[in-house]
Amino acid sequence: MVEKAKINIADLNVWFDLTHALKNIHVEIPNKEILSIIGPSNSGKSSFLRCLNRMNELSPKFRKHGIIAIDGVDIYGAIDVGRLRKKVGMVFALPMPLPISIFENVVYGARCHGIKDKLKLEEIVERSLKAAYLWDEVKDRLNSPGMKLSGGQQQRLCIARTLAVDPDIILYDEPCSGLDPISTAKIEEAMYKFKEFYTQILVTNNTKQAARVGDRTAFFLMGELIEIDRTEKIFTSPRDKRTNDYISGRFG
Amino acid sequence: MKRNPYRTQKIAFAILFTSTVLIVLPVGFIIFFIIQNGWKAISWEFLTAMPKMGMRAGGIFPAILGTLYLVFGTMIFSIPLGILSAIYLTEYAKDNGLTRLVKLAIINLAGVPSVVYGLFGLGVFVLFLKFGASILAGSLTLSIMVLPIIITTSKEALDSVPQSFREVSLSLGATKWQTIRYSVLPHALPGILTGVILGISRAAGETAPILFTVAAFYLPKLPNSIFDQVMALPYHLYVISTQVPNVKIETRYGTALVLLMLVLTMNLVAIIVRSRFRKMKKW
Repeated sequence: MVEKAKINIADLNVWFDLTHALKNIHVEIPNKEILSIIGPSNSGKSSFLRCLNRMNELSPKFRKHGIIAIDGVDIYGAIDVGRLRKKVGMVFALPMPLPISIFENVVYGARCHGIKDKLKLEEIVERSLKAAYLWDEVKDRLNSPGMKLSGGQQQRLCIARTLAVDPDIILYDEPCSGLDPISTAKIEEAMYKFKEFYTQILVTNNTKQAARVGDRTAFFLMGELIEIDRTEKIFTSPRDKRTNDYISGRFG
Repeated sequence: MKRNPYRTQKIAFAILFTSTVLIVLPVGFIIFFIIQNGWKAISWEFLTAMPKMGMRAGGIFPAILGTLYLVFGTMIFSIPLGILSAIYLTEYAKDNGLTRLVKLAIINLAGVPSVVYGLFGLGVFVLFLKFGASILAGSLTLSIMVLPIIITTSKEALDSVPQSFREVSLSLGATKWQTIRYSVLPHALPGILTGVILGISRAAGETAPILFTVAAFYLPKLPNSIFDQVMALPYHLYVISTQVPNVKIETRYGTALVLLMLVLTMNLVAIIVRSRFRKMKKW
């Protein structure tokens, strides 16, 4: 790869207690790529994702070995974990609005990072909600609770909330697993548009979604990265038989 | 014999209902009994005057005021300390053997008989720290007694805030303290408040811990500083019921009624505040 990679992962091994969750992962992710990650459950794809914003550290049993560098900086080195997570946003599997208003949900991160100016916050809310295709649906009720929205709207609210802290990288952990096809389409549309601005990593159980969205696709199995390649290649002529078995639905 | 599930359901319902009634009835009866015997004693003079004629006449004002002082003192010491340590134990402390031991110890402290706290207060605050029998010593003793209650219930309230709230907040780059301050505490507050009120209203009613540390047998004047002794309602009630002959029944039940109303009012305030918080925050 000619251009310098945004994310460099070398020799990554992760354990939870005695379970070896990720084994010798080497990946380079170029800037503004959408990388889809597929694989059966327990294959380590979520653990991989949560390494990138150090959310794994919330589990006291987490141990890791190897290097993850973003923009050439070791993220497990001497950097502030709050700054890292501001830069590497995350959208969770279940929509998780906080039990506060739509407005407050969106500005939560910005407030934590010290933005107090009301106009600035309002501008952030409008920009983020527009980017997440939610503005038109909620602009008249920004003060109503985020939890009153429908599932799909809630998930777009969560995306807006992630965008509001102005990240470089967005991690999606099965973001559409509980959503109907129309909501899913809206979120995928947003991801396409974000290609211009963000590096995106999408963990999904839906192989069709991986094929639709990803520039490249990675296949994880039992904590190993079996194969990573251009999405067309993975879905038409994978090198590994296990990849072929998985995408054609023979297991998993 | 074949079981008929519909009949079993009826029997189960009957048992559950009876148990509830058996619990509610005595409470209702106690309250009714105290009101019936005591309401005649309640008058403006009873509430605001000094006791007279060896507590056989006059009012109970110093005891009311003393109890209020003690409740206030207990709040000052126990609420911040209890809530802060509960936050530390749930959010910061690593889950290791020592933490578990500390948690276990706190839970067990809640079961220590109150007279033991009284003796402890006498030994440490009254004698060792030389506070004498005083509002300060009494408040500290009561604080130590109610701390386990406040810590345990606060801890439960904090634990019941969904883990996802913390994850979301942290994933947005908030610090641990910001997460606690903005995503955890507001949602735990109603539960914490319940614990606080439970603890404080227990402090208002206890006799044994104040027996050696603050309560005066008969002291028809108001305290000047936190190093003075005061009369307190529970102890006063004990004194006029058992130590002083020929106190009118109404006076005794009147005192009990005032104590009961004080505690009920505190609980009522808590319930109102809590329900207002509940309305604001919902998930």
